[in-house]
Amino acid sequence: MSTDIKMALRNIWRSPIRTMLTLSAIAFAALILVFMLSFQLGSYEAMVNSSVKIHTGHFQVQVKGYNEKQNMRFAISSPKDIAAKLDKIKKIQAYTFRANGFSLVSSENRTRGVLVTGIDPLGEASVSTIKTLVKKGGYLDKNDTDKALIGQLLAQHLKVSVNDELTILGQGKNGSIAAGIVTIKGIFSSGIDEFDRSSIQIPLNYFNDLFYMQGSVHEIVCTAASLYDVSNIVKELKKDLPDNQDGKEIVLLDWKELVPGLVQGIKLDLVSAMIFYAILIIVVAFSILNTFLMAILERTKEFGVMLALGVKPGRLLKLVMMESSFMTLVGVSIGGALGCLLTLWFQIHGINLESASEILKEYGMSGTVYPKLSFISAFAGPVAVLFITLCAALYPALKVKKLTPVEAINSV
Amino acid sequence: MYFQLAWRNIWRNSRRTIVIITAVAIGVWSMVFLSAFSRGMLNSMLENGKSVLVGDIQIHHKNYREDPSIDKSMERPDVIRVVLENSLPQDALWAERIKVSAFVSNARHSSGVTLVGIDPKQEERISFVGRSIIKGTFLEESDKRGVLVGKALLDKFDTKIGKKLILMTRDKNGKVVSKAFRIRGIYRAEMESTEKSYLFITMSGARNLLNMQTGISEISIVLPDEEMVDAFGEMLQEKLDTRLYSVETWKDLLPMLEAYLGMFNSFMYIWYVVVFIAMGFGIVNTSLMAVFERVREFGLLRALGMKPWWVIRSVLTESIFILMVGILTGNALGMISVFLMKENGINLAMFGKGAEFFGMSRIIYPVLTLNDVMSVNYVIFFLGVFVSFYPAIRAAQITPVEAMRE
Repeated sequence: MSTDIKMALRNIWRSPIRTMLTLSAIAFAALILVFMLSFQLGSYEAMVNSSVKIHTGHFQVQVKGYNEKQNMRFAISSPKDIAAKLDKIKKIQAYTFRANGFSLVSSENRTRGVLVTGIDPLGEASVSTIKTLVKKGGYLDKNDTDKALIGQLLAQHLKVSVNDELTILGQGKNGSIAAGIVTIKGIFSSGIDEFDRSSIQIPLNYFNDLFYMQGSVHEIVCTAASLYDVSNIVKELKKDLPDNQDGKEIVLLDWKELVPGLVQGIKLDLVSAMIFYAILIIVVAFSILNTFLMAILERTKEFGVMLALGVKPGRLLKLVMMESSFMTLVGVSIGGALGCLLTLWFQIHGINLESASEILKEYGMSGTVYPKLSFISAFAGPVAVLFITLCAALYPALKVKKLTPVEAINSV
Repeated sequence: MYFQLAWRNIWRNSRRTIVIITAVAIGVWSMVFLSAFSRGMLNSMLENGKSVLVGDIQIHHKNYREDPSIDKSMERPDVIRVVLENSLPQDALWAERIKVSAFVSNARHSSGVTLVGIDPKQEERISFVGRSIIKGTFLEESDKRGVLVGKALLDKFDTKIGKKLILMTRDKNGKVVSKAFRIRGIYRAEMESTEKSYLFITMSGARNLLNMQTGISEISIVLPDEEMVDAFGEMLQEKLDTRLYSVETWKDLLPMLEAYLGMFNSFMYIWYVVVFIAMGFGIVNTSLMAVFERVREFGLLRALGMKPWWVIRSVLTESIFILMVGILTGNALGMISVFLMKENGINLAMFGKGAEFFGMSRIIYPVLTLNDVMSVNYVIFFLGVFVSFYPAIRAAQITPVEAMRE
């Protein structure tokens, strides 16, 4: 160990209480940042996954314009051709076809305008969680025709239960009137009120006849093994997919385009959290700046003596910077490590937010939130603290460089 | 003399004092500003939630909330009107509405919406729709065939002012009825989802369509002061026949917002404490150094017969001075920055859809409330004094003998 390092280490421990307090401040900031960031990223992922799994899927193939206008005529006329392309990509976990039409749905004495969705019972179960969300009655079978699944809130509103009949009155693809009667087979509850209030699902084949779809569908909904694979798959698929089919432009939409509010909501939340974090770091930087400054002012006399003995100002600067870097590094590492441990513990046990479950429900999450430690959440905070603290240490260190031996020795 | 001594002591090392005051001031400033900013966000969520036909208090048929249908309408609005006129403050506003779910279509498009029959004069003053007509005109009271449409729905339906829309719903007798209405005006709302889900027609138009004579679905009341909500809610509950009607405040109607409000308050407190802890280390460290620097002085004071308690008191007083100066500066900075932002607000247009996702407007105006500012100050001051006990006690432990050895 060189003399400088030895000196720096000894200087740090000359005032153990002060050092401990400074270390604690740095460690505390690092810990909070690791934990908070993991918590946020974890809940975002849960938000995306649950919203994706309930309905939208990771990405969809549609006719251009359908997503904005939901016009019935913007339909993919031969979905099988596209399915053949999807089959070729191994990373695509599952896909299914869907068709939608706004209709007036009536029970014996209630009526409501809702989105009727035609689903393929087998495919749907592999893409979305709908099958597991059925709370009453059962899920659709492969050969079901005039059966329907409806959301729990909608069932409440229509005053119907399993085995009751509903009349569907809508507009077919060609503008003709689509009318039919379905029997309720199951009632589902996703927890997302909007979805449970306004959706009814019937077998795709039946939908096809009812709405005169002629085999065409509106959405091909796909899921990938993980959220992180989506962009790669989309890139790969884009090369392979025909630009248009029977004169209609085919587009690929990923979950960010399908639920733009979700992405921007996450961004907004992240940005406002960043402001909070930035302020926390600044406050920490100031208290550390103060400590470093004091530590150095206290030793003016000592520095004077060293200068008089012929130590170069540059070496003094190096020494002082070394002291603060050691402290910062140790503080950040301890804080980061503790933060990771804390996060991991909660990652396994979950954080119970029963009191906020009303809010979480709206985003499709349960009352327990699991933070998720990742490379980014483990390092971003501590690195930011490290950087800012070192900057804060620079100012007092530069003061040392300006000292002259005589003045310094004579100072109090 | 005692305060003078403390005041002079903190300025003995002015640089140290200034740095620590800066740290406290920045902490306080950040808290004041963040609380104003978040309060602004929350208020905007609240305003948006309430302005979309909620208001402060609503009166419904007692079963309307479980089953919002035409069957659950209030047949004697005149009775309620009398109660409202007698018991509400002069400047309270209210509006009567008929609200049913309906199905709207034109030649190519169709969608499910909420159809609202309004009294244009009442509605204009109470909810967003009166002030948000961007094209065409607001409804006339006698207009039985006019409809107001949101911009987003208009775009989705590829239609324009003067064109017809077919509205289909179930009437009072349970029969499916449909009538053509002409688009008179286009409104814009803070949120696209509002524009897509509400269509407005006149009360007479709605009565005509639904074959009903006197009934209404709801009465929405806006009070001049937010604080009155609970009191008047309870009062109306007492005065109206609870076998027929139910009275709900916005807290019942928007439980999610109510929950948000609660969570926000506790989150802000947690955050104050987090920032304080970060700051607290600095405060303790500085006062501790100030104490150790003066070991001889404290030893001398003790030798002269000063009680340990007096030492604690004098060190605490110094910390309190530092805290107070820091807090005052921080408050001043916070208020100045809020004041500067107040004019133009903070534009979240970059995250427009995201803001909408959370039910907020695109521009957030920070809102400073006395409550928030006071809670910031309390937290900092009391925790500040609390942690200062440590250096103060250390100072009191210094004995004359120890001091002489220094």
